[in-house]
Amino acid sequence: MKTHLRNVLLGLTLALAAGAASAKDVELLNVSYDPTREFYADVNQRFAAQWKQQSGETLNIRASHGGSGKQARAVIDGLEADVVTLALAADIDAIATNGKLLPTDWQKRLPHNSSPYTSTIVFLVRKGNPKQIRDWGDLVKPGVAVITPNPKTSGGARWNYLAAWAWASQEYRDGDKVVDFLTRLFKNVPVLDTGARGATTTFVERGIGDVLLAWENEALLTLSDADTRAKYEIVVPSLSIKAEPPVAWVDKNIDRHGTRKQAEAYLQFLYSPEGQRLAAKHGYRPSEPDKVPAAELARFPQVKQVTIDTAFGGWKKAQAEHFADGGFFDKIYRPR
Amino acid sequence: MSTLSLPLPLARRGRRPLPGFGLSLGLGLAWLSVVVLLPLAALAIRAAGLGMDGWLRAIQDPRVQASLKLSFSASLVAALVASLAGALVAWVIVRYRFPGRRLLDALVDLPFALPTAVAGIALTAIYSANGWVGRWLEPMGIKIAYTPIGIVIALIFIGLPFAVRTVQPVLEALGHEQEEAAASLGASRLTTLRRVVLPELLPALLTGFSLAFARALGEYGSVIFIAGNLPYKTEIAPLLITIRLEEYDYAGAIAIAALLLAASFVCLLAINAIPSLFAHERKGARRDA
Repeated sequence: MKTHLRNVLLGLTLALAAGAASAKDVELLNVSYDPTREFYADVNQRFAAQWKQQSGETLNIRASHGGSGKQARAVIDGLEADVVTLALAADIDAIATNGKLLPTDWQKRLPHNSSPYTSTIVFLVRKGNPKQIRDWGDLVKPGVAVITPNPKTSGGARWNYLAAWAWASQEYRDGDKVVDFLTRLFKNVPVLDTGARGATTTFVERGIGDVLLAWENEALLTLSDADTRAKYEIVVPSLSIKAEPPVAWVDKNIDRHGTRKQAEAYLQFLYSPEGQRLAAKHGYRPSEPDKVPAAELARFPQVKQVTIDTAFGGWKKAQAEHFADGGFFDKIYRPR
Repeated sequence: MSTLSLPLPLARRGRRPLPGFGLSLGLGLAWLSVVVLLPLAALAIRAAGLGMDGWLRAIQDPRVQASLKLSFSASLVAALVASLAGALVAWVIVRYRFPGRRLLDALVDLPFALPTAVAGIALTAIYSANGWVGRWLEPMGIKIAYTPIGIVIALIFIGLPFAVRTVQPVLEALGHEQEEAAASLGASRLTTLRRVVLPELLPALLTGFSLAFARALGEYGSVIFIAGNLPYKTEIAPLLITIRLEEYDYAGAIAIAALLLAASFVCLLAINAIPSLFAHERKGARRDA
């Protein structure tokens, strides 16, 4: 009888302890863009394990993925993201200005413009490169079909467009000729998908087009499969853009949730050696490459890259000049 | 039809399965408000905030004009084809007995249930240059995917069930007798179709057409995959709404949305007006006889 009672009590205590532990469970919501799905699945698992070890707290990290612009709008409209990890600073800027959920100088809070990893824009062509596409200039040749998503609806497409613009500015040094180059380039685009994954499907599954303008990490992911490696290859252009997908904690939301400590540590983790190695593993260029063994960086070729700040005066300016209603992208499509 | 007459004796005795008129109407309206009226009212109010000037300016943008023209014309063609094809399918299902008839009947509703994006991806896979159908058509110079034809096909797909399901019950109620009578009086097939069948079906056909048209106007998911989405060429109005939102141009998005909504609403009003219109005409005809 006595032992029975003791067992019951023990059970109750354990149940209470478990209850207390689960009460200490903390949820963190990371609102991200499309191609980071696999990367953050990895990061979330490692960080939660590390956090448990450090603080004893069980972290339940959820991730939401979608088009970068759509995700930003969801956060503005009330999706309670603790952190956002989006495709471009303009989208987080929008959360700061339209939603007032974090200060406008958010990008100064973490190293490297708040981008723990970067990527660049490369070409994916069919095996053997039948159309001999070596550089941006080859994309405007007649008969070359270029696949890129719509910069109006896709963050990745904006990087594609700006990379082409950067190359043309260096090549022609004349505003009209640059616009003309971009116009001819987009004349060669037979389909404007709404997102990067859609464009990859058009190129890889539907077999449309001769060259896909792609995030380097997406291209590496496509080629990680032996089957596709037999059909496609990567061409690195002479000049590309340093695509900086930034991360930020959302102050208004974390203060309400009481998750500031966890959210900040989560983003700091991306800069740790382990976070940097995970980024490299998933095809992103680590912002602090000295934290990663050289062998793991071998897959990233040397590319001459411009940055959004030096070549375009930052995202706010680039967004207004190129992609806003009536901007250069609209001019490119204006019928004449 | 017979089930409708059942509650009447109950009603006469004052015992209704649902609570009284006031409460039923109240609950019904409350539901309708939350689900339909409130979002629409919010849209209308924000659209009104634009003012006539702002609205006109947003609508008159050449790119918006191009997309509206495409959306309206593609929806019109698709709704026409869908109502004709739909009537034919309904005819086959109602008038003939053949193996697989019930399967066909069930298949008709599939576009209602399928996520439209899935439909769009499937249609694109079939009609693009190396798809099952596309690979035969492309060498003949017929491009379907990434052209307005592709858009029309996607819109026919989603519009077809409306056409079938509005015509089907009328055909069932119609019966063969009148056609047989017409035939026995010496009417040709064409005359029977024109003078006997068509007048009976016309209201249902028009209803199906309007529903398919209204649905096609707002359709997004299935179209964007097959459309190609090139500004001024294959960019539909709902995509332009999304693009305006992507630019944080809520006013521009609302202006286009309000126009599409108004067009759909006019369509649906017309649907409601159709039966009474025909009822009146038929009564008149009977009086003449």
